[in-house]
Amino acid sequence: MRVSFTVNGRRHEADDVWEGESLLFVLRERLGLPGSKNACEQGECGSCTVRLDGEVVCACLVAAGQAQGREVRTVEGLADGAGPPGGLAPIQQAFVDAGAVQCGFCTPGLLVTADALLERQPSPSDADIREALSGNLCRCTGYEKILDAVRLAAARSAAGAAPTAPGPEAPPAPRSEPEPGE
Amino acid sequence: MDILRTPTDLAQRGHGGVGESASRPDGVLKVTGEFAYASDLWARDMLWGHTLRSPHAHAEIVSVDTTEALSVPGVHAVLTHADLPAATHYGLEIPDQPVLAGDVVRYHGEPVALVAADHPETARRAAARIRVEYAELPLVTDESTATAPGAPVLHPNRSDHYADRVPHPNVVHHQPVRRGDLAAAKARAEVVVTGEYELGMQDQAPLGPESGLAVPAEDGGVDLYVATQWLHVDREQLAPVLGLPRELVRLTLSGVGGAFGAREDLSMQAHACLLALRTGRPVKMVYSRDESFVGHVHRHPARLRYEHGATRDGRLVYVRGRIVLDGGAYASSSPAVVGNAASLGLGPYVCDTVDIEALALYTNNPPCGAMRGFGAVQACFAYESQMDRLAAELGMDPVSLRQLNAMSQGATMPTGQPVDAPAPVAELLRLVRDRPLPPPRQWETAVGTGTGFDLRALPGGLSNTTRGEGVVRGVGYAVGIKNVGFSEGYDDYSTARVRLEVVNGEPVVLVHTAMAEVGQGGVTVQAQIARTELGVAKVVLHPADTRVGSAGSTSASRQTYMTGGAVRNTCLLVREEVLRLGRERLGDTHPGWRGDGLWLRDGAVVTAGGEVLADLAQVLGDDVIDLEREFRHRPTEPLDPENGQGFGHVQYSFCAHRAVVEVDAELGLVKVVELAAAQDVGRAMNPQAVVGQIHGGSVQGLGLAVMEEIVVADGARVRNPSFTDYLIPTILDTPTMPVDVLELADEHAPYGLRGIGEAPTLSSTPAVVAAIRAATGLALRRVPVRPEHLTGT
Ligand code: FES
Ligand code: FES
Repeated sequence: MRVSFTVNGRRHEADDVWEGESLLFVLRERLGLPGSKNACEQGECGSCTVRLDGEVVCACLVAAGQAQGREVRTVEGLADGAGPPGGLAPIQQAFVDAGAVQCGFCTPGLLVTADALLERQPSPSDADIREALSGNLCRCTGYEKILDAVRLAAARSAAGAAPTAPGPEAPPAPRSEPEPGE
Repeated sequence: MDILRTPTDLAQRGHGGVGESASRPDGVLKVTGEFAYASDLWARDMLWGHTLRSPHAHAEIVSVDTTEALSVPGVHAVLTHADLPAATHYGLEIPDQPVLAGDVVRYHGEPVALVAADHPETARRAAARIRVEYAELPLVTDESTATAPGAPVLHPNRSDHYADRVPHPNVVHHQPVRRGDLAAAKARAEVVVTGEYELGMQDQAPLGPESGLAVPAEDGGVDLYVATQWLHVDREQLAPVLGLPRELVRLTLSGVGGAFGAREDLSMQAHACLLALRTGRPVKMVYSRDESFVGHVHRHPARLRYEHGATRDGRLVYVRGRIVLDGGAYASSSPAVVGNAASLGLGPYVCDTVDIEALALYTNNPPCGAMRGFGAVQACFAYESQMDRLAAELGMDPVSLRQLNAMSQGATMPTGQPVDAPAPVAELLRLVRDRPLPPPRQWETAVGTGTGFDLRALPGGLSNTTRGEGVVRGVGYAVGIKNVGFSEGYDDYSTARVRLEVVNGEPVVLVHTAMAEVGQGGVTVQAQIARTELGVAKVVLHPADTRVGSAGSTSASRQTYMTGGAVRNTCLLVREEVLRLGRERLGDTHPGWRGDGLWLRDGAVVTAGGEVLADLAQVLGDDVIDLEREFRHRPTEPLDPENGQGFGHVQYSFCAHRAVVEVDAELGLVKVVELAAAQDVGRAMNPQAVVGQIHGGSVQGLGLAVMEEIVVADGARVRNPSFTDYLIPTILDTPTMPVDVLELADEHAPYGLRGIGEAPTLSSTPAVVAAIRAATGLALRRVPVRPEHLTGT
């Protein structure tokens, strides 16, 4: 079958999609968007988390056909509209600064979930953060620095600081300019 | 051949030298979704590989019929044992594992056949149409069945170098460690406590599934892009299986989604290469989660029996221990796990009389091998449980008892090896004990709900199982000792290539190693070292591959020590070369060139006093300095097979924990409220990453304490291969984790650093269990502790 939907503001079409293919498979294998991860494909880990018409969903549990005509946002589109092209969204910058990324396999899903949390609740308590992120497994970090990152992103936005300027809660992370792929 | 999403150079211009919390060079790629993990690989015309696995734990293969599978449209190849072109077995140390099972399968999930097809679902469906006829055989599943008279011998005609010394052919390896006069010590002991302990089978459960892409090359070789822990040892095992010379088997590390030991053994590597060479097309393999749970080795489940003798005032007089590890169907790294369990089995204590033996069994359970903590985890749960029992027997405070017996620098290990670096065991215990305790009844004060009451701070959480009634608190302590680096005489080395040149007026350092970055942050540390030693802002990290010499394994807490040491070593040689060229070319221009202690800073050669002599651009011009060198730690010795004596380990690493738990004893629900750690790291190369490792290791220990276990039952079959049934801690299960970091330099190690990744996984488990015992008064001899152990139902 043919499926068409919008991903991060761009229309995409995929042909020859099998009935059983998930939105996650189509994103990763047919549309060249492997940012959403595939740690379980059973709805148990959150590594595939995307927004579907704004709702936070596990892309592995959504049949590709269900996305027909709808709007998908993935980690690849998180920074859209958040400052200059190539820049990072505040939550992305906070994950980098707080040391919330180790292997990074959980990171895309956590970012999408945390971004949605801060959208509806700009100053969450720790218990709120834990509750919101409880569907996202991370095997590396023990979650402490993920909590730090969400707190940091919330504090920075409360302070109205520029997204890339370390706020008062920022850990002592020296600045650097990454040049991926150089 | 078009290949997409292969690893790229990681370039960073910035600061952050040794000792600073520099940010990860791959951090931005990881938060934008652009980082290329092994499961993201793609090549034009690639096929998908799938593995057919045994449904039985022990069975003869009577026949295999692939006809139907081959006739499925879209299928390009089906391979069985009969199709293997060269060596049929492989293994890290003992090549006892079939690439594809031949006459017999020895564990549930053992690979039997392979399919390559143009869609992953086609490959799965075709695999289901391979007809395999099995005749089930009797099982051995524990020590009594494996060593019973007439027990089936799983590997007859063993020729490995342990075979002559083991008490039974179903024992992989056996290591005693004996020191002192046991009879005399027993006579002196005033108090004796004995205990038996058991640990279930833990899984590493890295989030990234086993994956890779094998691409056949025009020269008849193969290029494999893969998530692994050690590229070169993969190649050593692959070349004979593929029947290719080593040079034609080229590996490149793809993005690795965590490892923790799960990627030390081969998984899909040989299978993807065989399919690629057979079909002439690139073949990608990605394990599903349930396949991942049977497709890699686990932590050895263990049964341990300990006897501790002490004087009335609490001094250890003797310790006896017997540690039985279930190695499962194949050897994997069992011998080294045995060596660790035996040599570290006393714990970080001083005792002159020790009699410990450890052994690993061959059984029909899933193969067990490396997992973070590697043999030391199992021993630590038992010896720390014993220290608590001894304290109770003596009426002593458990922390004071530990401090009284704690080892320190200058102590002698039960192997006779002197501890010749700081060993601040008593101090680590003091640090965790002296922390203020978290306030009680936090559910009454927790903010966020506006009601003055927050269920989320209670055991059971939002399931609303209690409002605080019946909830009891307990506090527990533990400390552990782990070795760093490969032990027992292994020639352990790493290699670094460093290239320095000036590009458009700017000095640039390229660092090229084969180190597997699995999330630990080794790439960050490599860049920090290059910046510090060569005084250059711009550092480019080459993808890890087999074009450079081996870096050794990303395991045994060794990469910062070993590949960090290699990068430092090569950088210093590059610096020597810069200074030589500078003296040759510019030596007459300034008397400073003749002085000692010249170094590099901010792209220039400076004197010991900091005066700039010349820019690197002036010194080098168009010349490129490009060196590759090996680095070794100090040599170790094998342990004596009879008494375990020998200078067996490179370095020791220590961590202590205090756990605070709250238990709803009626329902058996546990909430860990706080897990405080203190660790000596020698030198915090990157403080933020150090604390991240301590957090991550602590939580894996917590998982073993209260939730994680692979259930093997119903004919030695894995019953819970999913994240629905194998539970790893979520953010709700995980407490606040304050950390104290000590930096007592080890003069034998680069920068004085100590490998840190594993020690926090050891003591976390017994600390949590001790806290549950304190809350409930139950003896709790087995982990994971389940609700039914607490309610007695
Ligand atoms: S991959 Fe979708 S929840 Fe795990
Ligand atoms: S960083 Fe590895 S799983 Fe979260």
